[in-house]
Amino acid sequence: MRASLKRSLVGAAFALATLAGAVPRAMASPDQQFIPLATYRVGAYASSGVQVWAGMIDYLRYINEVEGGINGVKLVWQECETEWTAEKGIECYERFKHGLDGAPVAVYQPNGAPAAYALSERAEVDKIPLITLGYGRTEATDGTVFPYNFPVMLTFYSEASTLVNYIAQREGGFDKLKGKKIATVYHDSAYGRETLGPLKLLAEKYGFENIQIPVADPGNEQSAQWRQVRQANPDWVFLRTWGVSTPVAVKTAARFGFPVDHIIGDIWASSSEDVLPAGAAAKGYLALTPYPAGADFEIHKRLKQYILDKGHSDLKDLKNFGSVYYNSGLVNAAVAVEAIRTGQAKFGKRPLNGEEGRWGLEHLNIDDARLKDMGYLGLMQNLKLSCRDHEGGGSARVQQWDGANWTLISEWIAADRGLLRPLIDEKSAAFAKEKGLTPRTCTGDE
Amino acid sequence: MSIPLAQHTAPLLLIQRRIPWALIGLLALAFIGVPLWGNDYWLNAILIPFLVLSLAGLGLNLLTGYTGQTSVGAAGFMAVGAFATYGFLLRLPELGLPVALLGGGVISALVGLLFGLPSSRIKGFYLMVTTLAAQFFLEWLFVKFPWFYNYGSSGTISAPRLALFGHDLNTPLGRYLLTLVTVLLLTWTAINLVRSQVGRNWMAIRDMDTAAAVVGIPVVRYKRLAFAVSSFYLGIAGALWAFAYLGTASASSFDINRSFQILFIIIIGGMGSIAGNFVGAAFISLLPIFLSHAGQALFGGSVDAGQLQNLQKIIFGVLIIVFLIKEPEGLIRLLHNLRDRVRQWPLRF
Repeated sequence: MRASLKRSLVGAAFALATLAGAVPRAMASPDQQFIPLATYRVGAYASSGVQVWAGMIDYLRYINEVEGGINGVKLVWQECETEWTAEKGIECYERFKHGLDGAPVAVYQPNGAPAAYALSERAEVDKIPLITLGYGRTEATDGTVFPYNFPVMLTFYSEASTLVNYIAQREGGFDKLKGKKIATVYHDSAYGRETLGPLKLLAEKYGFENIQIPVADPGNEQSAQWRQVRQANPDWVFLRTWGVSTPVAVKTAARFGFPVDHIIGDIWASSSEDVLPAGAAAKGYLALTPYPAGADFEIHKRLKQYILDKGHSDLKDLKNFGSVYYNSGLVNAAVAVEAIRTGQAKFGKRPLNGEEGRWGLEHLNIDDARLKDMGYLGLMQNLKLSCRDHEGGGSARVQQWDGANWTLISEWIAADRGLLRPLIDEKSAAFAKEKGLTPRTCTGDE
Repeated sequence: MSIPLAQHTAPLLLIQRRIPWALIGLLALAFIGVPLWGNDYWLNAILIPFLVLSLAGLGLNLLTGYTGQTSVGAAGFMAVGAFATYGFLLRLPELGLPVALLGGGVISALVGLLFGLPSSRIKGFYLMVTTLAAQFFLEWLFVKFPWFYNYGSSGTISAPRLALFGHDLNTPLGRYLLTLVTVLLLTWTAINLVRSQVGRNWMAIRDMDTAAAVVGIPVVRYKRLAFAVSSFYLGIAGALWAFAYLGTASASSFDINRSFQILFIIIIGGMGSIAGNFVGAAFISLLPIFLSHAGQALFGGSVDAGQLQNLQKIIFGVLIIVFLIKEPEGLIRLLHNLRDRVRQWPLRF
């Protein structure tokens, strides 16, 4: 028995080894641009992760196979599993930061909040820009203190402001907000608590009543919270949960008779996976998102023609084509590609390193015309970054769940970023003081 | 709960002193070889986490392996150490790094003492549940009160300048040496501690607390002491994890999974063994990295990435099961057996 087990194990090892020898491994070369992919295909968030990587990889393939690379510079990518943890995230970053077979790294996407926090200072030392779309340090918006951190598109501060602006739009003007009640049901974690500050400020400015109700992790029982919501009887609920706490919140809200079409989910509570488990109770649910669901954008037509129909897609299940997570992968990949393209305009049509990648990011300017060329009009907002402003966008669209699909019910709603900027500056100044850093000055041509 | 130890880990006679060439070689490698040949990847991604996890394992082993009190709150005490050290460095910067680190350890020890109080009345699984409560309470505490993380928006703490007597330690090598020296000092202390009266009392309590009480060992006091000392070690490990390794940490860096990870390190490495922690930490933290590199080198790009990752998890799990079946007392026992066998070679025993 023992011997046979050993023999079969040895046999299996040999079989694997020969299999490995038989398949050629893709090699990179110094004339290519390396795009490191810190992925999470196992662990708690794997089900969303596989769609995100499919979106990213499909777009990178599209750039290589259809557009012939970025200005002729081919992209090469390799995955590294992070399991959404800080340790593995650091390991992947350290593995990739010097590039792959000579192909340099221009931008790095840590894909996960714990890794993003852990890497933020390493990236400053190594001069590799980190792109954290929809997560990461809010105060890193201040590029003078955080030259290599880019929380692009929508920080949690902007998200709070977008929410209030959307509600004002629905209520018929900012003056109508006075006396209204907006309750925030939030995941009691660093992520959930990020909007406490901005909402307090916005409540003072517009005169609405700001009710904050925390849900302890993991949030699979929320009767107490929704009883509290019921008693306060708010006009709108901002749902800042994630994972299992989102469908539970939607179901519990329905049980307590709170109208689901007055619940607005945040960016991490805006996918099909968040509402499907809630079943019929979720019909009418609203969600803010910087990468709306849908497979009818121009880029999807191109991807379908050149990638999906040819069987080159990384998607396991083609019905996820155009899901929120797939589209988030597309948007993430597009930001990286456009940053490199912008950098190439200055440094020449060759692979870029981290410092050049940062220059590209800080001079990124994606307007409607560019979005139209890329096929991203409607899927992605205008994005204009600068030395001082590492967020750029600050807009989101609102989508509504009809029980089977998301429908977009608003255009891009911009945050009042000027109002919130002093809060961010205060935090970044405190950070600079704590670390003894001197913020750089922005002259416009760094 | 615990496994009786072999003679050589709890010797009746101190082993005859010999020049420990193997140890000297290892130290030479760590202090001279690594700084000479190590690169950023080795230092940042492999050696520093390995050393810190070994230290955390050591801390838990003093409590669980030597005193027989199972704890699943290890990460909670690590968090106390990290946040306390941060507090000292931030609010009393004149203290300097070594004192702040020590202070973090002391605060953690006090918290450990507090959560160790129930050990005077309950034991076994019931005690384990109170440590579970400590874990959840501490994690919640460091999210709930912004004072602990200096009112930052994201609830994270990051190392203020790491410096020692004017030397900047904020390079990979500096952080490695800081970790190495701390771990060595604490390991040396632990070895002496478990060989002293205190250690023998702990082991007596572990093996049978009634008998220990009968021979006149103040059981309750020594159990509490074990909690305090263990938490001191864990606290310092937590501070190193946050500042020497991660750089920026939050309460979620010290969640229940970290506690389990440390518990697995001591179970796989060897309960009631000092060297076992290092072996266990190597197994838990380095093997997945090795598998990942091997998987990438062999199959990268040709096998579906998701399958490849899951395959690595399966191999890792199977290896744990195989090793534990082969040697329930941990990898260190396996190594000892191997050493004994090599000594007898070519004669079989």
